[in-house]
Amino acid sequence: MLSYIGKRLLATIPVMAIVAVFVFALLRLTPGDPAAIIAGSAATSQDVAGIRVRLGLDQPLLTQFFVWLGNMATGDFGESFFFKKTVASLVADRIEPTLMLSLTTMTLSILIAVPLGVLAAYRQGTWIDRVVMGFSVLGFSVPVFVIGYVLIYVFAIELNWLPVQGYQPLREGLWGCLVRLILPSLTLSVIYVALIARITRTSVLEVLNEDYIRTARAKGLTDRVVLMRHALRNAAVPIVTVIGIGVALLIGGVVVTESVFSIPGLGRLTVDAVLARDYPTVQAVILLFSFVYVLINLLVDVSYTVLDPRIRY
Amino acid sequence: MTITADAIGLEAPPGPPPVVRRGVLRRLARNPVVVVGAAILLLILIIGLAAPLLTPLDPAEINPAFRNKKPGTEQTIRAADGSKRMVTNWMGTDSLGRDIYTRVIYGARTSLTVAVAVAVISVAIGLFIGLVAGYFRWVDAIVMRVMDGLMAIPAILLAIALVSLSSAGLAIVIVAIVVPEIPRVVRLVRSVVLSIREEPYVEAAIAVGTPTPLLLVRHVLPNTVAPLIVQATYIAASAILIEAILSFLGVGIPPQIPTWGNIMAEGRTLFRVFPHNILFPGVFLALTVLAVNMLGDGLRDTLDPRMGKRL
Repeated sequence: MLSYIGKRLLATIPVMAIVAVFVFALLRLTPGDPAAIIAGSAATSQDVAGIRVRLGLDQPLLTQFFVWLGNMATGDFGESFFFKKTVASLVADRIEPTLMLSLTTMTLSILIAVPLGVLAAYRQGTWIDRVVMGFSVLGFSVPVFVIGYVLIYVFAIELNWLPVQGYQPLREGLWGCLVRLILPSLTLSVIYVALIARITRTSVLEVLNEDYIRTARAKGLTDRVVLMRHALRNAAVPIVTVIGIGVALLIGGVVVTESVFSIPGLGRLTVDAVLARDYPTVQAVILLFSFVYVLINLLVDVSYTVLDPRIRY
Repeated sequence: MTITADAIGLEAPPGPPPVVRRGVLRRLARNPVVVVGAAILLLILIIGLAAPLLTPLDPAEINPAFRNKKPGTEQTIRAADGSKRMVTNWMGTDSLGRDIYTRVIYGARTSLTVAVAVAVISVAIGLFIGLVAGYFRWVDAIVMRVMDGLMAIPAILLAIALVSLSSAGLAIVIVAIVVPEIPRVVRLVRSVVLSIREEPYVEAAIAVGTPTPLLLVRHVLPNTVAPLIVQATYIAASAILIEAILSFLGVGIPPQIPTWGNIMAEGRTLFRVFPHNILFPGVFLALTVLAVNMLGDGLRDTLDPRMGKRL
């Protein structure tokens, strides 16, 4: 088990290395001289040359890459061109809203999607199944921001039940924070629910034909116990896998949802940084999101052994 | 992944099997999901192509006197020869006085162009890389690591990062959406190649001295067609969504060009008062993506029944 985790950890290194090369190349490919951008329009050529030396831009490309990689590894993400502070502090300021939004969305999605998927499988071919599957296709098709605006229009403007936009930090009260996260999480969870409900239905359906399900029913266990204990447990591996893969969708959705709901998180920061051509910030955010994505999928892989003891590495 | 012989007509080697047989078309025509999806898509395509006939207005024409009108407002426009006529803004106007209806129907052009371009380009590139990677072991190791790395970057983030490299425009948006899709195509093609290369007829072809390029084109390529058609449909759907997202965020196609994402981006600020600026393009966008997805599901069930089990 431990050696398996070690092996998987090692396997993520080449993946992250490719991501790092790509993200590094992104800055190198950009038109314009980063030193000139930092120096501003009033700078002399000496100023620019000074900044170039300070940033190490006069070094060979390979040296620059490894220096940059070393800095990244130690949490030094450089200095933002646009916000005029270190990228690390910028990211630290913006991480809470994104984390809260992602956590509430994931919780909400799993709580809604798994029972829906099980229900659809249990009632295969009935109208319940068709409604769930129809919702699933629809969820993949309606863009996140359209869902967001429809929810804002209905619940915040017409019914006036919930705040329209904005975010309240957790330290100013849990309730205020959660209330403002209801609409964004609902918005973001639609595509995630669609994904998870679909895979839950498929994998539960596959399991329902197994002999041990028939045995469990024959023993006189109730449908609920059979579904939850026997079927869902054995269908868990593909479901958890999709939850992990779906994190990519979630991250993409965070970027859009934060823009719709004016949440000052990392997603909003990404868009602002791209619009301002603030490459160090763009690099740091992409690297961070990709790292989290890879890490979550590593955890998913490791969780297989817990979910299904038959899986041995 | 193995492909059922029935779905792609493997029973007739050695010549390239017919890609879509009559039986497949007939089965597709009998699938209501495919028919509805195709019908909606055809309608959107006709709307996009016939846009100039469906509206007397220019999608880029700014009319300061008719800013922020509700749907159904009538306005008088004066033609060059001085004659006047009434025009109804069926979907209202935006904050620059441009007609939403006109912009929405012209927007169909952009979405469909992006969908087709992204699907074709990413499948073409992915097919080439996948064939080579699946067949040559030493290429495989390198290529697949690069693909794993690319896949580790969430698609929308990668696209946003790529559009930031150049000034906004249709071409860069298409490239930015194509790049994240390539690894998915490569993986699919590679998995087909890996299963096909062990088949006896491939071994036989090698034994009689078929040159590798011919082998790939003649014996391996036809097997990738069915799963690739399905995959291309899903790529088209996601391309429409990502283009809309990029435009909506303001990093995509320049705002004066009518795209559904741009119309919605423009409508954001006054959303509370004039929700129609977001509602109408949103409905068209969702309907189009839904139609493409329905088509994809139907094609998958008909062409490649085993694929359905994977998701």
